Amino acid sequence: MVPQVIFWYFAVTMPILAIFVVRLKNPIHSVLCMLFFSFHTAGLFLCLNAEFLAAVELILYAGAVLVLFVFVVMMMNVKDELAGELTLGEWPMAAALGLATLLMLFFGISGFVLGPSGPYTIEAIRAETNTRALGKLLFTEYIFPFEVASFILLIAIVGAMVLAKKRRDD
Amino acid sequence: MKEAILIPFMPLLAFLINIIFGRFLFRHKAHVIAIAGVAISFILSVFVFIQVAQGKTLNYDLYQWITSGGFTVSVGFLIDPLTAIMLIVVTSVSLLVHIYSSGYMHGDPGYYRFFSYLSLFTFSMLMLVTGNNLLQLYFGWEAVGLCSYFLIGFWYQKQSAADAGKKAFIVNRFGDFGFAIGVFMVFLSIGSIQYADIFANVGGLQGKTVHLLGFDVDLITLIALLLFCGAVGKSAQLPLHVWLPDAMEGPTPVSALIHAATMVTAGVFMVARFNPLFSLSPTAMVVVALVGATTSLFAATIALVQNDIKRIIAYSTCSQLGYMFLACGVGAYGAGIFHLYTHAFFKALLFLGAGSVMHAMSGELDIQKMGGLRKHMPVTFWTFFIASLSIAGVPGLAGFFSKDEILWLAYNGGIVGKIVWVMGTIVAGLTAFYSFRIIFLTFFGTFRGTHEQEHHLHESPGSMTVPLAVLAFGAVAAGWVGIPQALGGSNWIAHFFEPVFEHPHVHGSHAEEYMVMAVSVFVAASGIIVSWVFYVLKPEIPRQLGEKFKEVYTTLWNKYYVDELYDATIVRPTKWLASTILVGFTDAKMIEGIVNGVPSLIDKMGRSIRKVQSGYLQHYAMVLVLGLFALISFVFIVTPK
Amino acid sequence: MVPLNWYLALGAVLFIIGMIGFLTRRNMFIMLLCIELMLNAVNITFVTMSHYLNDIRGQIFSVFVMTVAAAEACVGLAIIVTLFRNKATIQSDEIKEMGG
Repeated sequence: MVPQVIFWYFAVTMPILAIFVVRLKNPIHSVLCMLFFSFHTAGLFLCLNAEFLAAVELILYAGAVLVLFVFVVMMMNVKDELAGELTLGEWPMAAALGLATLLMLFFGISGFVLGPSGPYTIEAIRAETNTRALGKLLFTEYIFPFEVASFILLIAIVGAMVLAKKRRDD
Repeated sequence: MKEAILIPFMPLLAFLINIIFGRFLFRHKAHVIAIAGVAISFILSVFVFIQVAQGKTLNYDLYQWITSGGFTVSVGFLIDPLTAIMLIVVTSVSLLVHIYSSGYMHGDPGYYRFFSYLSLFTFSMLMLVTGNNLLQLYFGWEAVGLCSYFLIGFWYQKQSAADAGKKAFIVNRFGDFGFAIGVFMVFLSIGSIQYADIFANVGGLQGKTVHLLGFDVDLITLIALLLFCGAVGKSAQLPLHVWLPDAMEGPTPVSALIHAATMVTAGVFMVARFNPLFSLSPTAMVVVALVGATTSLFAATIALVQNDIKRIIAYSTCSQLGYMFLACGVGAYGAGIFHLYTHAFFKALLFLGAGSVMHAMSGELDIQKMGGLRKHMPVTFWTFFIASLSIAGVPGLAGFFSKDEILWLAYNGGIVGKIVWVMGTIVAGLTAFYSFRIIFLTFFGTFRGTHEQEHHLHESPGSMTVPLAVLAFGAVAAGWVGIPQALGGSNWIAHFFEPVFEHPHVHGSHAEEYMVMAVSVFVAASGIIVSWVFYVLKPEIPRQLGEKFKEVYTTLWNKYYVDELYDATIVRPTKWLASTILVGFTDAKMIEGIVNGVPSLIDKMGRSIRKVQSGYLQHYAMVLVLGLFALISFVFIVTPK
Repeated sequence: MVPLNWYLALGAVLFIIGMIGFLTRRNMFIMLLCIELMLNAVNITFVTMSHYLNDIRGQIFSVFVMTVAAAEACVGLAIIVTLFRNKATIQSDEIKEMGG
């Protein structure tokens, strides 16, 4: 009973927050709504027994990415841009496409059949803590994607620095 | 005898050397190579003639040209009496014309080009006469037409010369079309185009008919008439005679060689060569005889009133060719070829003499503007006079014997023969008249030209007068090989031709032969006397006659308006067709439509498809989402539950 | 127990909202935010499947998705900054140099 109520809460607020993110005029407001959304996602992860991911979600999204957003939005000082159209002229087409895809996805979800079960039951994870279970798998079987991910982060750092650097006209 | 094969190839070699190297090496000495080539051919031809007179013949295939299924053709040579005499005619006249041209064309910028074309022409004509199959004949036929085009339009900067060249070639083409269909029919009915096969099998075709446009036409007659079409075109008979007078735009040696002695006689040669075929079709023979006789009369009447010296001689050629066809039409092929042989000499002489006169008169052509030239150019005058006597048929000279042979055999040729005999005799009178008209107006009387021309009057150089003299000798003596038995001769030439032609049966007696001879001599003499009266004694008579019969005079002067008729019925509609339909519609609308339309269509398509690349990021993203949607739908629809 | 399909439906709805937002909004920042939204929806789906299949590999994949999302947000913002410097606009329909 209780899990379902909690789920229903999430199922109602998260789409509303998402719609707010999409439809608000001021980008700062949108970022704020996104922040709330991240909190709710973290909550959802907790419901799904993914504690590590909930924590990472908060640290990463709420703590880093969205703050970065806020900084840049502030830096841009785009007050004058707020006048003008909110959406592109082709929004009916986009909405229609989106709804069609949603219908298709619902269609697929309704016929979804679950595959074979794996070894990591909730009890097994609880015995080992989520983090340790994740780490065990990450650093043995998925070590290569891990290294690649760190490489991606390196590139992102270097790229961001190169792109955003102010050109000094000597 | 095999060395006869070299005969056509010597001029070919001369042509190649002259055309390739002439520009650099032989600018003004091109005549040496050309004359050498033709001289060798001439010597070989004499040699061959002697051997043929002893009875030898040659039918030799040099190499196989085309092998295609059931159709094989070789480059082959047939030397028999007919060929031998043609070889003599062609090489001797060609050699004399070459020598004459070295004087006449002296200083012309296209000197080496002229000699290369002359050599090419000689080669083509020799291939035509020595061939042993229809394809080689056709090759030679077309090649001489081509050389005629080159040589008539030799001074191509002159518009009239270029036009005349085109006219000759195109009018010839009309005839050659019929000729080609004739060749096709020969192949279809007999299965081979070698003369030997044709003549062996032609008897088997008698009585076969072809269903054509609802009528049953006799096969042999059809083939013969189609082949005759080509002869009509090539030998300038009615109705395809229109190119010959205009062909006088070319240099005079060209007129002498091509349009007097050799190319135009190719038609007669062809009819004579195919005499087994023609003899089997009485209808075709009648057609040939009537066309020949009508052309003869037609051309002679036009020649009466022309003033351009070369044109008169051109119409005279047309008329004499009519005589030759007349002879072939009544079955006297030997007589026709005999006349061809004598005619080559005196006609070439007339043309070269005219060239000499023009040379002296600084290019003047109008005989009304000449006069009294015999004091200034004696050699030209005497040779011209001899030629005119010969053509008029004065007894003792070459023309008399050949013309008389024809008239006598025509008289013996049944009803049609008698009709054409009457026409031929009238033509003989007219011929004498207009030939001497030239002489009296040009060489007698007082000079009617300008003072400047009078100052320049001189006899021509040796290179021109020597050939005149040689030809004059030919004009006199060439006929002596055919002195008929009635006059005590042996008619050697008729016997010479026996292997090739059947000698026509002669029913008349010697008395009738004398009568015919007397009639023709009388007619010739009266023609000369009347001409003398008109142009020397009482010059006002021609003018008065012209005034009295003004319409007749105008019609004759305008050549019976045939050119105008052709222009209105054929030339203008063709031009209209070409410009309105073919250029206006097919070319401008259809082809241009496609050629311009396809690119413009591609352009329009490109322009509209280009709009997909709008540059907006979200448009691209929408396409991405569309793809995603398609993929998901595809997966969910296709996979079985 | 919450049925699996509900979680998946929630993930799908969030994804579509993010997608429509990306295709519709003119403001570049909001477009980036919508991308983040889509990535979050995907994360939810992965974690759901990981939970219901008793397999932790979904969570591992989710870790990688988050890594890439962070890197991409960073670079995306740098690009917007550069674009603003050159074009003085952050509206996506005023940038069409690459159009044909």
